[in-house]
Amino acid sequence: MAFTPISKKYHDFQVVRDKDACINCQVCVRQCSYGVHTWDENRKCVVHDNSKCVGCHRCEALCPTDALLIQEKSSDFKANACWRPEFIKYIYKQAETGGVLLTGMGSPVNIPVYWDRLLLDASQVTNPSIDPLREPMELTTFIGSKPDSLTFEKTPEGPKLATKIGPQLRINSPIMFSAMSFGSINFNLHIAMARAATELGIFYNTGEGGLHPSLYKYGANTIVQVASGRFGVHRDYLNAGGGIEIKIGQGAKPGIGGHLPGEKITAKVSETRMVPLGSDAISPAPHHDIYSIEDLLQLIFALKEASQYRVPVGVKIAAVHNVAAIASGIVRAGADYVAIDGMRGGTGAAPGMIRDNVGIPIELALAAVDQRLRDEGIRNQASVIAAGGIRCSADVVKAIALGADAVYIGTAALLAVGCTLCARCYTGKCPWGIATNDPALAKRQNPNKAAKQMANLVRAWSHEIEEMLGGMGLNSIESLRGNRDKLRAVGLSQTELDILGVRHAGA
Amino acid sequence: MKKVYPNKEVCIGCHLCEVACLTAHSKSRDVVIAYKEEKDAQGLSPCKNVIHDGPACVALSCRHCSEPACVAACISGALTKNRETGRTEYDEEKCVGCWSCLMACPFGSIRRHPIKEKIVKCDLCAGRDIPACVEVCPNWALVYEDRGEK
Amino acid sequence: MKYLIIGNGVASLGAIEGIRVTDREGAITVISDEPVPTYGRPLISYLLAGKIGKERLALRDDAFYAANKVTLKLATKVAKIDTKAKAVTTEAGEVVAYDKLLIATGGVPFRPPMAGLEGEGVYSFTTFAHAEALAEVAGRVKKAVVIGGGLIGLKAAESLFDRGVAVSIVELAPRVLSMAFDDKAGKIVSERLGKIGLKVFCNVSAKEIKREGGKIKGVLLSDGAFLDADIVVVAIGVIPASSLAKDAGVKVDRGILVDDHLAASSPGVYAAGDVAQAPDMLVEGTRVVPIWPNAFNQGYYAGKNMAGDASSYHGGLAMNSISFYGLATTSVGLVNPPADDAGFEVHDVLNPEAGTYRKLVFQGDRLVGCVLVGDIDSAGLYTGFIRFKFPLDAAARQKLIDGAPSILMWPEDFFDENWNPVGAKETV
Repeated sequence: MAFTPISKKYHDFQVVRDKDACINCQVCVRQCSYGVHTWDENRKCVVHDNSKCVGCHRCEALCPTDALLIQEKSSDFKANACWRPEFIKYIYKQAETGGVLLTGMGSPVNIPVYWDRLLLDASQVTNPSIDPLREPMELTTFIGSKPDSLTFEKTPEGPKLATKIGPQLRINSPIMFSAMSFGSINFNLHIAMARAATELGIFYNTGEGGLHPSLYKYGANTIVQVASGRFGVHRDYLNAGGGIEIKIGQGAKPGIGGHLPGEKITAKVSETRMVPLGSDAISPAPHHDIYSIEDLLQLIFALKEASQYRVPVGVKIAAVHNVAAIASGIVRAGADYVAIDGMRGGTGAAPGMIRDNVGIPIELALAAVDQRLRDEGIRNQASVIAAGGIRCSADVVKAIALGADAVYIGTAALLAVGCTLCARCYTGKCPWGIATNDPALAKRQNPNKAAKQMANLVRAWSHEIEEMLGGMGLNSIESLRGNRDKLRAVGLSQTELDILGVRHAGA
Repeated sequence: MKKVYPNKEVCIGCHLCEVACLTAHSKSRDVVIAYKEEKDAQGLSPCKNVIHDGPACVALSCRHCSEPACVAACISGALTKNRETGRTEYDEEKCVGCWSCLMACPFGSIRRHPIKEKIVKCDLCAGRDIPACVEVCPNWALVYEDRGEK
Repeated sequence: MKYLIIGNGVASLGAIEGIRVTDREGAITVISDEPVPTYGRPLISYLLAGKIGKERLALRDDAFYAANKVTLKLATKVAKIDTKAKAVTTEAGEVVAYDKLLIATGGVPFRPPMAGLEGEGVYSFTTFAHAEALAEVAGRVKKAVVIGGGLIGLKAAESLFDRGVAVSIVELAPRVLSMAFDDKAGKIVSERLGKIGLKVFCNVSAKEIKREGGKIKGVLLSDGAFLDADIVVVAIGVIPASSLAKDAGVKVDRGILVDDHLAASSPGVYAAGDVAQAPDMLVEGTRVVPIWPNAFNQGYYAGKNMAGDASSYHGGLAMNSISFYGLATTSVGLVNPPADDAGFEVHDVLNPEAGTYRKLVFQGDRLVGCVLVGDIDSAGLYTGFIRFKFPLDAAARQKLIDGAPSILMWPEDFFDENWNPVGAKETV
């Protein structure tokens, strides 16, 4: 098209329309929020502009005659293993705008996904498997600090536990909804996660967008997050949740803070976060009152005081090089749990360079943290939650075998409600109504439907976990935790095997 | 009786309900044939109507009122109330195209047929288990249930 | 419980349905001097024009009366009502007892005192019998004069014209359809009729029917003009047929007076339809509004009240939908407010090329009247604004004036209550 800047000509997708099937009903015109499809009054039919297509598949999904196909555009650059097309296009864009390249969702880079190299054990003959349809399978998990030892006292009614156990998050399944702030995502999805978490008996995390008062009633299943911008943090907020989480870092963008573009701030977002309308809401990289581990200890206990020690206070960090040492420090600082977010973790907006090049995979980080805490004899003092690209129930099982108490799912929860990973969350135009609060688009997520979809997902995974556990001859998730022997690896180097603490398959 | 209730909080204005409605009332029951051949040639049009006002939108069709203004206005007996099923029924053969019902319905649920001197009005998809509009709605904005209304 | 209905107009149908919604068992008897079950009275013009056959006239089929356990006593005239004895006596001397009585005797055509009116060749046009009589003679005459340019007169004229009769319409008011329309709308209709070939004379009245040897020669008008005619149709109005009620001591004003339960002054006696003077939706006090939907609704509410459901009638609303040779028109509510009354505000939009006209009458912050000519698609939506009496701010008013009424303009809770009750306000 004329008038399209060159940087937009090398677009990634094209719309393929089957003219025999197209009935010109204009559903695609109405549903595309990027203006790809329009009604042409002269040609008297629907036409499309490929340069605007971001590959979100909304039109394809809703077309009543399946007349649309979204394909990666066929215009090819000369093959170059070094200068792959994305790098070429990044430069075209930056030459034109002079800006930081923003992106959304988790890193798609081509480095190993260790879950796909890990394999699970199954019982046969000598150690029979357990039938989950006949035997009870215990998936219940307690997140929180466990005491070093237990003492009992004699009472007329029998022995009673004397040791005081700190507050725990009791979850029916080792899966929780990850932190996704209201503002980065649709308020309707917070309603959905709150409802789904309540129905499932697990937790969802508010993320750094604060908690709207209308959701306080789901507080018993809510973890309220305190991030570096302290958005929406006040006393009622802290007392509303069943858990509090200090966000130090996020797997998608370790070392930098959060970023909510001004376009995505509506009146309700502004009210809940306690930020002004129109300007970007940027959380600073460090908490400006946490410059040492002692500062973190102070904040942890300040929050425990503010919530009268009723609820667990955890800390979320990104998986970076020294994650094991950092985790150890956090546990010693009194955190009831450490949540580690790997480099595949999602985001609503982050500089692409950071998302794709900073941080380490969760599999390696998790194994390293679990091992270090065990070596230091403090593994019991805090639970470990793993996050960042947990894609299926098998990943959950492998994560627990590597040492996690539970996992957080973010991207998977959004996929459950329709996300197609087009990664344009930062525009606020998400046509699936997921990463936006624009009134016209936000309606596209019906909280009732989304709650059902998310609950279905966790329920399905929980059933699969029960099957895999039973297959391994285990009847309790406790027996799987940190049980590296249930894993074998394929195609990994000795160094990788050592870090994961897993033997090679066949060995 | 079961009726179709529209929830305007979650209507996404896609108009798929209109597409499904038109198809369900076509001779061919094939969406492509219905649109490409029957629609213009025979004036086939949906009974469902999605209205917009800025970002707000909702899909409306005959409410099958318990006291239908259209039945009261009909001069030919084409519109009657079936007290068994609760539906407001339309017999196209008896209709003389006087438009009294269209004028009387305060919900704007009756429209003129594009070609014939007859009306277009929702029949609650008699012959289907679930009305076509309800079945196709991608966002659960149309609910088919009994809420105790007659 | 014995229910007795005198008259088998559409009010009787409404009454049957109203009774049966509440009382599925009580016996219902309908007495009427017409020989056929309830028919669509406005259909007689379609019948006369030859557009439908008489098999299309019945409003409900026989199964309806059987299913609703209704006994029809047709071709039977009631001679008197005894409200104390709770019984009516027919002309043939039969006595029929009742527990609840509905008088739905309708209206009778008004015949003015006029020289030459007596004799053959003069017709009314309000019943099936009138239509049959005119249909019988239409093939043998060449010219007709219709006195009265209201709804009935225009329909009679149109139907005769379609049968090949040259027709002239004589109207006293400055325009045809003076009750339902204003000058602008009336003019569009007159022009349409004129284009088709009917002659319309306004601002004149018929003075005398001239005869020669008993046969009609023509009509002399008040301005001296003379119109040749073989037949004359008198259609200048209908008055309530209230004599039975009056004789029985039931209170009658212009029509039988009823309250908002359609109850007349005598206990156990109700009235509905063209004979009733009932509460109005838009105006204080009671009025006779002989409009088809009003008759049905009054019958329905009378029926409900007779059966013990004390629902309040929402009041009558004038409304007419008529098409003239493809030109659709609708008129709802108060469409001709007094010109000197500052409480009313009138907005009209005339498009002569398109042949469309839209007139809205506001009273205070509400819409009370709407006339549409040509483009009637939104007629129902305007009716909604009139019926539900929504208060309108300036922006809403402008939307209506611009021809864009929308249900999304309705107040939130009214919308939910009517379209999405219970499920609407789902809590977060």
